[in-house]
Amino acid sequence: MAELSVLGKRLPKVNSWAHLTGSAKYADDLFLPRMLYGRLLRSTQAHARITKLDVSRALAHPGVVAIVTGPDMPETIGIMPSVQDETALAIDRVRYVGEPVAAIAAIDEDTAFEAMSLIDVEYDPLPPILTIEDALREDLPKIHEKSRRANIFKEVHLSFGDLDAGFASADHMRDDWFFFEGNTHAPIESHSAVASFEGDGKLTIWTCTQVPHYLHRELEKALGLPRAKIRVVATPSGGGFGGKSDPFAHEFAACLLSMRTKRPVKITLDREEVFYAHRGRHPVKMRIKTGVKQDGEITAVHFQSWLDGGAYSSYGIATTYYTGALMTVTYRIPAYKFDGVRVYTNKPPCGPKRGHGTTQPRYALECQLDKIAVDLGFDALEYRKRILQPANSRTVNELRITSMGLGQCLDELGAKTKYSERHGQLPRGKGVGIAGSAYISGAGLPIYWNEMPHSGATVKLDRGGGVTVYCGTAEIGQGSDNMLASVAAECLGVRPEDVHVVSGDTSLAPVDLGSYSSRVTFMAGNAVKDAAWKLREWLLDAASERLAIPRECLVPADRRITDLRDPEQFVTFDDAVVLAEAKHGTLSAAGSYRPPQGIGGGYKGAGVGPSPAYSFQASVAEVSVDLETGVVTVDRITTAHDCGRALSPANVEGQIEGSAYMGYGEIMGEEQVFRGGLHKKPSLLDYKIPTSLDTPELEAIIVETIDKEGPFGAKEAGEGPLNSVIPAIANAVYDAIGVRFDETPITADKVLAALGKRDNRGMPKDRIGPEGMGDGQEAANAALRRLSFTTEAREKKKANA
Amino acid sequence: MLRLPAFTMERPGTYAEAATLLRAHGAARGDLTRGTPSLPVMLVAGGTDLFPNMKRRQFTPRVLISLGGVADATGIARDKSGLRIQAGTTLTTVASDAQVRERYTALAEAAVLVSTPQLRNMGTIGGNICLDTRCNWYDQSAFWRGAEGFCMKTHPEVVCRVAPSSPRCLAVASADTVPALLALGASVAIQSADGTRTVALADLHQEDGIAHTKIARDEIVVSVTLPDATGWRSTYLKQRDRGSFDFPIVGLAVAVKRDGARVTDARVALTAVASRPQLVADAAKALIGGSLDEAAIAAAADAVHKAARPMDNTSGTISQRKRTARVFAERALRALAA
Amino acid sequence: MTKQLLTLNVNGESRTVAAEPHHTLLEVLREELQLTGTKHGCELGECGACTVLVDGVAVLSCLTLPMQVGDAIVTTVEGLADAGAGAPGREARKLHPLQTAFAEEGAAQCGYCTPGMLMSAKALLDGNPSPTRDDMAQAISGNLCRCTGYTAIYEAIDSAARMARGG
Ligand SMILES: Cc1cc2nc3c(=O)[nH]c(=O)nc-3n(C[C@H](O)[C@H](O)[C@H](O)COP(=O)(O)OP(=O)(O)OC[C@H]3O[C@@H](n4cnc5c(N)ncnc54)[C@H](O)[C@@H]3O)c2cc1C
Ligand code: SF4
Ligand code: FES
Ligand code: FES
Repeated sequence: MAELSVLGKRLPKVNSWAHLTGSAKYADDLFLPRMLYGRLLRSTQAHARITKLDVSRALAHPGVVAIVTGPDMPETIGIMPSVQDETALAIDRVRYVGEPVAAIAAIDEDTAFEAMSLIDVEYDPLPPILTIEDALREDLPKIHEKSRRANIFKEVHLSFGDLDAGFASADHMRDDWFFFEGNTHAPIESHSAVASFEGDGKLTIWTCTQVPHYLHRELEKALGLPRAKIRVVATPSGGGFGGKSDPFAHEFAACLLSMRTKRPVKITLDREEVFYAHRGRHPVKMRIKTGVKQDGEITAVHFQSWLDGGAYSSYGIATTYYTGALMTVTYRIPAYKFDGVRVYTNKPPCGPKRGHGTTQPRYALECQLDKIAVDLGFDALEYRKRILQPANSRTVNELRITSMGLGQCLDELGAKTKYSERHGQLPRGKGVGIAGSAYISGAGLPIYWNEMPHSGATVKLDRGGGVTVYCGTAEIGQGSDNMLASVAAECLGVRPEDVHVVSGDTSLAPVDLGSYSSRVTFMAGNAVKDAAWKLREWLLDAASERLAIPRECLVPADRRITDLRDPEQFVTFDDAVVLAEAKHGTLSAAGSYRPPQGIGGGYKGAGVGPSPAYSFQASVAEVSVDLETGVVTVDRITTAHDCGRALSPANVEGQIEGSAYMGYGEIMGEEQVFRGGLHKKPSLLDYKIPTSLDTPELEAIIVETIDKEGPFGAKEAGEGPLNSVIPAIANAVYDAIGVRFDETPITADKVLAALGKRDNRGMPKDRIGPEGMGDGQEAANAALRRLSFTTEAREKKKANA
Repeated sequence: MLRLPAFTMERPGTYAEAATLLRAHGAARGDLTRGTPSLPVMLVAGGTDLFPNMKRRQFTPRVLISLGGVADATGIARDKSGLRIQAGTTLTTVASDAQVRERYTALAEAAVLVSTPQLRNMGTIGGNICLDTRCNWYDQSAFWRGAEGFCMKTHPEVVCRVAPSSPRCLAVASADTVPALLALGASVAIQSADGTRTVALADLHQEDGIAHTKIARDEIVVSVTLPDATGWRSTYLKQRDRGSFDFPIVGLAVAVKRDGARVTDARVALTAVASRPQLVADAAKALIGGSLDEAAIAAAADAVHKAARPMDNTSGTISQRKRTARVFAERALRALAA
Repeated sequence: MTKQLLTLNVNGESRTVAAEPHHTLLEVLREELQLTGTKHGCELGECGACTVLVDGVAVLSCLTLPMQVGDAIVTTVEGLADAGAGAPGREARKLHPLQTAFAEEGAAQCGYCTPGMLMSAKALLDGNPSPTRDDMAQAISGNLCRCTGYTAIYEAIDSAARMARGG
């Protein structure tokens, strides 16, 4: 391929100007004529029956225009069609504090707020289930009647290769328990939606969703309005990170209130409500048993995870599988068994957060590898390099690996950070740690079964030289609009700023499944390339004809189509467009992308994990521990990331840095924790997202492997780089003070406890983390025994069959 | 959007006018009530403590009297009794004032560690002295507190959530400048419709999360005065979770006056580990007359450790905060000894 | 509650609006003056997204009442570019060096913290044309950004400072 003229260059994002002048219109920035303001009344109970819900006093309040409640939208909804267990607003039963119960539309927000206290709700409380252990007990009430046993939402068991033989051939075994605390996305923009039902019977909703297409489907279901009458417009999001990828109560409520009142309705959540809407990182308890040979070669891995899912399913099926699926893609594992259980508890539902389901097990695996390296006396960086899963291979769970740059990442990191020279050599209280990880470039399957493209795009050229890209992607700050413009510009030989982008609009643009699972660059990038390439051919034909120069000698770049051999011979882009339109008629082309078949296995549960390509990354963290106060400071995080090709290097670096930042926050103090069902810290003061003064020095190293199927060789950059940061920090803390943090977050108090310096004394420990499942709770242990029993029984049956 | 409850606002031009307005709008003479959300009238200076509290419906006064328009409400001036800081002076101004930085270092250090640059540009030292006490169960929205069932600080008939058997509210003194001012020996001028009184800052706060100061509802803090600092050195250390935004979970200020190597006077003040900011007399005693050697430092640190009685109602843990108080005492004293 | 007339001096324009006395500067800017460039993430002083300048000083509009502002000059992100734009003989609206630098360095990802961040950065540069990395970290320590990890923001402020110094 000729040299690229746009991709790989450091150019400002095409949508920067709107952000920087204040003209970008986020959902809450929309004010429509006659608009009403809505608010949600939320449950004060963690688990209860609604015995009375009377809105008459509120409805009579001056300024209140309409109120809707659960029974107004009786259909079950939810992001995964197979396990829908929510209604838009609670019906009869509430399952967490903060669950939406009713929605009010009033002439202004003050009035809506006041009127909330006039809704009469009475509850009959049920015992709340708040821990994984309790959720496994059969003697407690069920949160969802559908659960077949205890409060288990989903149980999965997968086994690959000969596990027993693997363990039998091991020279050394490790069996470790871990706990990863739940945390949340906390985008700076809270959720907001404006709905407008017009006289023609059509409904438009502007909302900061990451998944306009999936929301479109759910709105149809809940509102009973044909999808053809609904238009979803994804407004630019002020941060998503997975937190805006479910359909939410306020979206349904705004729509229904607008349909009832025939006026536009806006509902913007306040910060506390965002903590209740949640869908963030699951708390996960994990056990990982690994066998290795004397030389470190892994012989078998048995991984178990227990996910605390909160009150509803959200993406829970995918999350559960993801805790097991990607364990195999980084290092050679010949035999692998995975058991995962996700339970319901009476807390806000958990869902996908950056690194969806893979972050917690990756932390466990990489911490354990660090222990194995210590056990066997290996350098942890060199050790990882020795056991890498090769490029162009299949993993034991049948995932297809194409480009694989983890080795290069480790090399670059080693050179940059001098990890191997410094590890184990720093004074007490200072440490360096390393970890690797991986992530998907888009899920191989959509969340509802269909054979259509995952991403579609159309590109239109107009006689004035204008280029417009239409694509259903949602711009959430990751730079997808810029990616679309840049890929189209590269194909057509114009500048990104010449391109108009129409994205996130279900009426104007072809479907893209949404901004989740790091799929947009890979899939929408390929779709827009597909479309633009068709137009490029027409333009080249036209130019070739005009210049009487063979097509092969022409290149489009910098708004011209030029003869490679003689730069004086060219047609301008605008002229080429006119020539092509005269020849072909209106210039518009559609493109689409669907992941190839056969990139995963055929077994039940094989749907989660396959991806057209995986990103790889590794991080080195450097920490200082105050041995007197227990305060841990992370001084620097360096991450090398294999993104295939950096279409926009500045953007890729931004994603690497932002991921490092977010990972740092997760392990150093962010916690979504509860007391008696009530969120302990539902504010940006108490939920500790790092400030500029906390954030370590962040360094990003781009590694390119030019993936053969990625658009111009690109893979993902938005999520993977978070995964390696967390275990790297835990491993660095071990290097600094000799204490293993097998549980997150790492707090000053826990460090003091480990150092034997808690105020009430106590003995020093070499490890902070769970001892097992249930922390000694007999009931939970019994549940576990039963679980593993049923697993084994089922597998025996399978084997016999 | 979280919004303020409705109120009307008065903007007097003088403290005398403000004092009259307070009474006129229903602030009773000598009334020490703090907790109740239904105070008829309240003062607002920077609003950085009061407005968040009002948005959470911890207070819903019908009338606010803004001190922003009061003449001479701001400024730092030296007079014969020392350095006088007008109550309306912003924390940014306090932190960057050359005299404060040089002679009253602990105050400058404390002021710059408050919250964030924007909040320091708005928040005043008077407001910091009057800062409401804080608690995990209290600094929550009306919805949250309703779900929990409220607590004693706003609802006298309900128990304290932190310690249900406690007869009083255990909310935490959380102002950063107060321990610094205490260590520096500050006094406060307070004005009401009846006139002006001056009190030692050490006598202003009390061990009660509700009635945490002895400033009555009809009174206004007009200035704080620091005595001459010749021979004194001081410093402030703060523990919090993040490098900005966060309130202290331990705050410790130390001031020592030395004649050669000998400590002739000392004050050690502690905050965020009880309902009131306190001078730790035993710590001072351990230092006075000695030479800031390790033995004296250890004795003072012991006294600080003993005085720190945190409850489980802020971020961090009790044992971590107690231990940090001791470590801070050692560190602060070693720094001053150097 | 009855509305009161108030006159605000915003971005070089004197604007009279009727607003209820308990509505914050943030609410009045966004809802009465359509200046939606100023964002909000908490309305409690805990994020910095609503930062504006009042007489050049960075303050939180979510905790400021318009009445307290009086006739001081309010600057929002919409007023950051050259305020004299559009006058005869003047070239088109010129971006502030911070805006150019933020675009070039990729300092705005989702862009939501950006208006507040720009205001804090402007207050910094106005008082300190050559800030160190530490000065910058302090100056933006009241503005949470969830996307960037702040690194690109430092680079942008540094680059804007150099641009402004003519370097
Ligand atoms: C996110 C956030 C973080 C914060 N972090 C910190 C921190 O780390 N450390 C810290 O110390 N503070 C912190 N604060 C609190 C606050 O910003 C400061 O304490 C500030 O100094 C309060 O001053 P103000 O002028 O804004 O007070 P206001 O809010 O105006 O008033 C506070 C109280 O004092 C009363 N009052 C004010 N002035 C007078 C007066 N002259 N006479 C009598 N009564 C008066 C008011 O009626 C009110 O009850 C934080 C606030 C927020 C929102
Ligand atoms: S200490 Fe007790 S009474 Fe006081 S605010 Fe906290 S919970 Fe309420
Ligand atoms: S909205 Fe003002 S600080 Fe968050
Ligand atoms: S750019 Fe998204 S919050 Fe800062």
